Amino acid sequence: MNQNEFLNAVVPFKDKLFRMAKRLLVSTEEAEDATQEVLVKLWTKKENLPNYNSIEAVALTMTKNYCLDQLKSKRANNSTIVTSNFTDNQPSLQQKLEDQDSLAWVEKIINQLPHQQKLVVQMRDIEQFEFSEIANVLEINESAVRVTLSRARKTIRESFTKTHNYGIN
Amino acid sequence: MELTKIEDLIQKYHEAATSIAEEKTLQLYFSSSNVAQHLQHYQVIFGYYKHAKQEKFETKLILQTKKKTTTWLSIAATIIIMYGVGVFFTVHKSQTVYVTELGTFNNPEMALKETQKALAILSNHLNSGIESVNYVTEYQKSKDRIFN
Repeated sequence: MNQNEFLNAVVPFKDKLFRMAKRLLVSTEEAEDATQEVLVKLWTKKENLPNYNSIEAVALTMTKNYCLDQLKSKRANNSTIVTSNFTDNQPSLQQKLEDQDSLAWVEKIINQLPHQQKLVVQMRDIEQFEFSEIANVLEINESAVRVTLSRARKTIRESFTKTHNYGIN
Repeated sequence: MELTKIEDLIQKYHEAATSIAEEKTLQLYFSSSNVAQHLQHYQVIFGYYKHAKQEKFETKLILQTKKKTTTWLSIAATIIIMYGVGVFFTVHKSQTVYVTELGTFNNPEMALKETQKALAILSNHLNSGIESVNYVTEYQKSKDRIFN
C-alpha cells in the first residue's frame, strides 16, 4: 500500500476520527493532534491493513484508546487546582451569551456525560453507526451499547429540558 | 407524519430501540418547520447532531517515510566508518614500516661508526652529569673534618 492508496483509504473516515477525538478531548487542537497521531500510527501498520475487515473500525478503536490514554495521563500529570472557591457564582458575560445559543447548550450537556456515553452518542446520534459497529469499535457487546445509549439520551433530555425551560423563564 | 407516531418513535428513541431508518425519520421531522410546540426542544438537540456531523478535519496529513531514510542513513554511516577504519590502518601500517627502515644499516662499518658516535654523545652527557655532582664530595670532606 503506497501513500496515495493509504490517503484514499483514510479520506472517508478521517473526519469521523477527528469528531470522535474532539468529543473526548474537547479542544480542537488536541483533537487534531490525536487524529494526526492515529493516522500516522495506522500508516506505520499499513502492511497489516488489508487483513482487517474494516479499517475504519480499527481506526476508531485506536482513536478511542488514544484519547482515553491522553485524558488519563493528563489527569495524572496535572494536579487539579480547585478554583470553585474563587469564582463568583454569577455566570460570566461570555457564559451568558453562550447560553443563549442552544446548540452550545447541547454540546455542553453531551460533554458532561461519562466518556463511554459520549462515545456512544457520538457514534450513534451524530455519525449514525449501527449498534453492531459501535459494539465492535468500543469493544463491548450490543446490549451494553443500547443501555449506555438509552441512559445518555435520557440524561440529555432531562438536563436539556431543565436548562431550556429555565432559560426561557 | 402524524404526531402520535412521532411521539412513539421518541419513546422508542429514549429506550435506544429505534433503528437508523427510524432515527432518520425523526431527524427529518425535527429539521422541518412544523414541529409540535411540546417537542420543540428536540429540534435543538437533533439540530445539534446534524450540525456536529459537519465538522471536518482540515489539517494536512504528514506521513513521514521515516523508515526509508533511517536505513539509508545507517548504510551511509557504515560505509563512512569502514572507510575511516581502513584509512587509519593503512596509514598506521606504512608509518611503522618507515620507522623500522630508519634504524637499519646494511654496511657494518657505517653501523660501527654510527654506534660509536651515539655512544660518544651518551658518555659526554654522562660526564657533564658527573661534573655537576662533584660538589657533593665537598660535603664529605667537611663532614670528615668535623667528626674525626
